[in-house]
Amino acid sequence: MTLVILALFIWLAAWFLNVYLANTSASDSRWMKLLVPAIFGFTILIVWELVVRGLKVPLVILPPPSLIAETFLAKLHILWKDFVQTFVKGALSGYFIGCTAAVALAVLVERFDFLRRGLLPVGNFVAALPIIGTAPILVMWFGFDWHSKAAVVVVMVFFPILVNTVAGLGETTAMQRDLMKTYGADPWQAFIKLRLPAAMPFIFNGLKISTTLALIGAIVAEFFGSPTLGMGFRISASIGQLALDMVWAEIVVAALAGSAFYGAVAIIEKGVTFWHPSQRG
Amino acid sequence: MRRSVFPVIVVICGLMAMWYIAVVPMNIKMALTDAERSGMVVTPSGAKERRDRSAILLVAQNPFAVKATFSLERPRLPAPHQVAIELWNSTVNKKITSKRSLIFHGWITLSATLLGFAIGTGLGILLAVGIVYSRAMDMSVMPWAIASQTIPILAIAPMIIVVLNSIGVQGLLPKAIISAYLSFFPVVVGMVKGLRSPDHMQLDLLKTYSANSSQGFWKLRLPSSMPYLFASLKIGIAASLVGAIVGELPTGAVRGLGARLLSGSYYGQTIQIWSALLGAAFLAAALVAIIGLAQRITLKRMGMA
Amino acid sequence: MTNEPVISAQDLSLTFETNDGPVHALKNINLDISKGEFVSFIGPSGCGKTTFLRVMADLEKPTGGQITINGVSPEEARNARAYGYVFQAAGLYPWRTIGGNIRLPLEIMGYSKSDQAKRVQDVLKLVELSDFEKKFPWQLSGGMQQRASIARALAFDADILLMDEPFGALDEIVRDHLNEQLLDLWRRTNKTIGFVTHSIPEAVYLSTKIVVMSPRPGRISDVIDSPLPADRPLEIRRHTGIH
Repeated sequence: MTLVILALFIWLAAWFLNVYLANTSASDSRWMKLLVPAIFGFTILIVWELVVRGLKVPLVILPPPSLIAETFLAKLHILWKDFVQTFVKGALSGYFIGCTAAVALAVLVERFDFLRRGLLPVGNFVAALPIIGTAPILVMWFGFDWHSKAAVVVVMVFFPILVNTVAGLGETTAMQRDLMKTYGADPWQAFIKLRLPAAMPFIFNGLKISTTLALIGAIVAEFFGSPTLGMGFRISASIGQLALDMVWAEIVVAALAGSAFYGAVAIIEKGVTFWHPSQRG
Repeated sequence: MRRSVFPVIVVICGLMAMWYIAVVPMNIKMALTDAERSGMVVTPSGAKERRDRSAILLVAQNPFAVKATFSLERPRLPAPHQVAIELWNSTVNKKITSKRSLIFHGWITLSATLLGFAIGTGLGILLAVGIVYSRAMDMSVMPWAIASQTIPILAIAPMIIVVLNSIGVQGLLPKAIISAYLSFFPVVVGMVKGLRSPDHMQLDLLKTYSANSSQGFWKLRLPSSMPYLFASLKIGIAASLVGAIVGELPTGAVRGLGARLLSGSYYGQTIQIWSALLGAAFLAAALVAIIGLAQRITLKRMGMA
Repeated sequence: MTNEPVISAQDLSLTFETNDGPVHALKNINLDISKGEFVSFIGPSGCGKTTFLRVMADLEKPTGGQITINGVSPEEARNARAYGYVFQAAGLYPWRTIGGNIRLPLEIMGYSKSDQAKRVQDVLKLVELSDFEKKFPWQLSGGMQQRASIARALAFDADILLMDEPFGALDEIVRDHLNEQLLDLWRRTNKTIGFVTHSIPEAVYLSTKIVVMSPRPGRISDVIDSPLPADRPLEIRRHTGIH
C-alpha cells in the first residue's frame, strides 16, 4: 500500500514539475519540448511499476515494466526472429510492392480524367473499409507463410497511397501548368518537372500513414494463420499460455519498429520536401 | 458530383467484369478435381499432375469445366452472384434472432463499435480541450498522442480482451474498449487542430470584446473545429469498426462479424468469409455515410459547407 | 528585312459559354504589332486584355477570326518556343533554386548544359540577381521573385515577350524601379513586347503603342501611338500631365 501512496506522490510531483516547466519562458526551446513529454512518459512507467507491485496485481493481468524489460532481454533471440518474419519479410515487402503499385496506378489515373472521376470515389470508399477482413481470404490464397501477410499489407497500404498520390498530382495551380504550356513541354516533361515534385508532400503523407497500416496488417494477419513464427503468432500464442510478459515484450518490439519505420520515412520526407511550408516551420 | 456518377458506374462494372473473369482460373483446379471424381475425362488426368500446371492452360484444355467454376461449394474465389445469394440468404431469409443471420452478427459488432466510438470520441474531445487550454498538458501529452499513432495498437487487442475477461469483464465492454482506443487518438489530433484553427485576427477580435475563455470556446473555437471534427469522426468510426472486429478474434468468439470471418476461415467456408467481409464493408460504408450526412447538414446550417 | 507584323489579329473573337449565357470576352479584334514594338493593353476589368494575351500565347483558343504569330498559328508558335510569358505572380517552383527555376525552360527546350549555365548567369546579371542563384524562392522578397520570373522568360531565345500585369502585386517604389529596368532591357534586346496593365502612367511610360480596350463585349476602342521619345526618364510621367 505504501507503494501506491508513493506512486500517487510521484505522479503529483511530476505533474507540478511539468506545469512549472511548461509555463516558464524556456518552454519553447527544443530540449524542453523533449523533456516535458519524457518526464510524462517516465512518470507513467514508474507509477505503473509501483501500483502493480503495491496492489499485488496478478501477472496474468498486468506485469510490471521491470518484468517486461527482463523478459525482453532474456528472449531477445526469439523476438528478433519474430521481428524478421513479420516486419522485414511481411510488412516491408508488402509496403514496397503496395507503394509502387499505388503510385503507378495513380500516375495512370491522373493522365486519364475519366479513370480519375470513376476510380477516386471507389478508392476513397474502399480505403474506409475494414481491409483487415481480407486477411483470411489472402491466407487461403497465399498460404500460411509471410507471403500472405505481405499480400494483406499490399491491400492495406494501396488505397491510402493511391488517394493521396492522385490528390497530390492534382495540386498544381493553373498558372504553373500554363507556364509549362508556354515552354511547349510535352506531357512527360510536365510530369517529371512539375506534377511529381509538387505531389511529393501528399505522397509522403500517404507513405507515413501507411507505415503504421503495414505493421498492423502484418501482425493481425498472423492471427488468421501463421507458421510458428512471427509477432502476431507469438502474441496470440503467449496469450493462450497467459505469458503476458512475453506479449508486452512483443508490443515493445512493435512500438520500436513502428516508430522507427515512421521516423525513417519522415526523415526522407524532410529531405525531399524541404521546400514545403510545413517543413519550414 | 453528377459528373462522377457515370465514370463511377463504368469503373464498378469494369471491376465486376474482372472479378467474374478471374473466377475461372482461380477455381479451375478444384472444378476439375470435382469433375474427375464424378467420372468425367479431364486433361491431364490426376490431381497431382494438375497441381503445378498453369491455371490458364488448364482452362484452355478443359473448357467444359468453366461453367462449374461459378458454382463450387467452397471456391477459392466465389463468383459475385454466389456471394450475393449468400448475403441474401443470411440476411433477408433468416430470422434476425437466428445465429446464422448476418444481421444478428452485424448487430453484435455494431453495438460494440457504437459504444466504443461514443466513449472514444467523448474522451477524445475532452482531452483535446484540455490540451488546447493547458500548456502543461499540451507539452506532455500531445507528443505521445501523435507518437502512439505509429504503434500498432490493434496487435494487442487480443490481450486486452483476455485480460479483461479474466477479471470478469466480458462480452460487449472489452470490444468497446478497443474500439474506444482506436477512435480516441484520431479524434484528439483532429480536434486539437480544429480548436486551434481560428486565426489571430478572429482571436484578437474576441479580446477586444473582453470575452473570457469559456465564451471564446463556445463562440469561436468550437464552431471553427467542426470541419476537422467530422473528418476525424469518419476516420474514428471506421477504426472503431475494425477494432470491434479484431476484438472478436482472440477468444474464439462465436458472435459478431469478426467471429464469422474466423469460423469461415477455420472451416474452409469461403463464401461465408466473403459474405461476412461484405457485410462489414456495407456496415463501414453506411456508418461513414451517416456521419457524412450529419456533416453536410451541420456545416450547411453553419454556412461552412 | 520584312515589314510583316509579328502578331496579326483579324476579326478575332472569343465567346465563353457560361451558365448565365454567352460571355463575349473578345469581339472582332483587329490589330497588328510590328517587330520591336512595346505595346501596352489597358482598360477596366473584364475588357479582355488578359484574354487577348492568352490567345496570343495559345493558352486560350479563339472561337472566331484569325490570329498569327510570326506568320504561323499560336499553337505552332508555342511549340516553336517563340515567346516568353510572365504571369501576374512569380510562380517560381519552390523546390528549385532561383538558378534552377531559370534553367527550367532551358532544360525543357533542350539547351546544352554549358549553354544553360551561361544563359542563367547572363540573365541574372540583367535583372541584378546574380548573388541569388543558389537561394530558394521563399528566401526572396516579392519584387525579387518577380524579377526572377522575368529573367526566366528572357533566358531562352524568344523574340516575343508577353507580360500579364507583372508588377501589379508590388509596391510603388519597387514598381518604378522595375519599370526602368524593363525599358532598359527592351532597348538592349529589341524584343517585341505585349504588356497588360491596370496603370495608365505605367502604360504611357513603357510603350510605343497603347491599345485601349473596353468590356462587354471585349473590343479595342482606341490605339494610341506614343508621342514620347524613345529615351525617357521616369519624371516624364509627371511632366506630360498623364497622372
